[in-house]
Amino acid sequence: MKFIAVTGCVVLAASLMAAAPAFKSMSIELPPDAASFPDGPNVKTVNQNCLACHSADMVLDQPLLPRTTWTAEVTKMRNVYKAPITDADAALIVDYLAATHAPP
Amino acid sequence: MSGPSRRTVLAQGSAMLALTAGSAFAGPPAAPDFPFPGGNGARPLTKDFPQKGTMVLQRSRPPLLETAFTDFDNQVFTPNDKFFVRWHWSVIPTEIDPASFRLKIHGAVEREISLSLSDLTSLKKVEIAAVNQCSGNSRGFFEPRVPGAQWGNGGMGNARWTGARLSDVLEKAGVKSSAVMARFTGLDQPTVSEGPVFKKSLSLEHARQPEVIIAYAMNGKPLPLLNGYPIRLIVPGWYSTYWIKMLSDIELLEAPDDNYWMKTAYLIPDTPRADMKPGQAGLTMVPINRMLPRSFITNIGRDAKLKANAPAALRGMAFGGDCGVAKVEVSADGGQSWHEAKLGKDEGAYSFRQWTARVATGAAGPATLAVRCTNTKGEAQPDTPNWNPSGFMRNVVERLPVTLA
Repeated sequence: MKFIAVTGCVVLAASLMAAAPAFKSMSIELPPDAASFPDGPNVKTVNQNCLACHSADMVLDQPLLPRTTWTAEVTKMRNVYKAPITDADAALIVDYLAATHAPP
Repeated sequence: MSGPSRRTVLAQGSAMLALTAGSAFAGPPAAPDFPFPGGNGARPLTKDFPQKGTMVLQRSRPPLLETAFTDFDNQVFTPNDKFFVRWHWSVIPTEIDPASFRLKIHGAVEREISLSLSDLTSLKKVEIAAVNQCSGNSRGFFEPRVPGAQWGNGGMGNARWTGARLSDVLEKAGVKSSAVMARFTGLDQPTVSEGPVFKKSLSLEHARQPEVIIAYAMNGKPLPLLNGYPIRLIVPGWYSTYWIKMLSDIELLEAPDDNYWMKTAYLIPDTPRADMKPGQAGLTMVPINRMLPRSFITNIGRDAKLKANAPAALRGMAFGGDCGVAKVEVSADGGQSWHEAKLGKDEGAYSFRQWTARVATGAAGPATLAVRCTNTKGEAQPDTPNWNPSGFMRNVVERLPVTLA
């Protein structure tokens, strides 16, 4: 019911409106993304797994997070987003993150 | 010789300088170093993304591009090439053929239909100005910090959207009386095929509201592909997570949506401003929904030098959340005294509203500017920040440290 009060604002005079756009075939190219993770323990495993789905900056732009949070993030990547990361690799990835991107 | 003479160009140049004089933001945007608690706020600028101008690079893949804050100054509508970009999955179609594009409406409907773009443009055309803001806009300022996209304040934008009413589209399919929700899906796909497809739902009651539209134009132009070309769901007053890009599928559901993106992700505590304490248990979690009021100073940057004991001209914009802006107030003394700003043109309840104000600065030394919006429901921005573990819905009064000299 809360929306009823604003109904009057929605429709403007037809003369003010933009014409329907001419739809054109659209083709884009996304920029390359070759950056890998900076050195640290198990960095090869990190690059092999994490870069399959997202760029390194997704991780590197995060604040320093405790190991428990990194464990939860890696678990989410596996269980929710179905990243095919083995148990052994997941442990190595958490070790990398805890060593390079956690509070002292 | 055609084109403007050198003299004309120079004259235009000096006129522009006069207009921007006093703005700490004159010139192209600089790569930001957001003052996030604990640091790590430096971000590069990028011009590498198709149909986009200079943007703050938050993540290369899937693309996460923030609007440079200077682009909010002095324009109520955010240009399409500066509008923020956010995708969940990296599998985004990079080619769209408008002739074969179809929007399918199915589920609890009388007749399953598949609409072409010309079917959509033949429906009654409506236009609405509305703010599109990421649920986690400003997440980087949360304290304690939380994981997620570490946005500054530029995970938002305002545009004039043109399209067809969702209710008119639903009408064509004939919604069965058993339907309770409408679920929306776009063309993006999970990177891993078993991953959860990004789908969001609105109650049928909300879906039928007249301000909810399927937009085929943004500021009078086709949407940039990264903003959802050819069509996007527009849910004025609600966070961007519901504004499905490259909308291709609407399914009418006969039961509440239990897909991951509604049942597990994008949940907030059912408390005022989604505020809670770290570790607080026993809260009811609900899907994120309406936006809250916010306001910003746009013509003065952080740590700018202003004249002491002199009038300072401030300008910026505000929005009410899911209703209009009633009042904007500014302070030059860190919130001890407030002065009402003059509101600019009203572009509609869901739009940015520009404002201007003149305030007297104090004695030389450090000072704090502040700005506060009260919406037409009487909700004012609070002095203390809200907190939740997902970093959603920040709307604290913005404070800008400056130096008076």
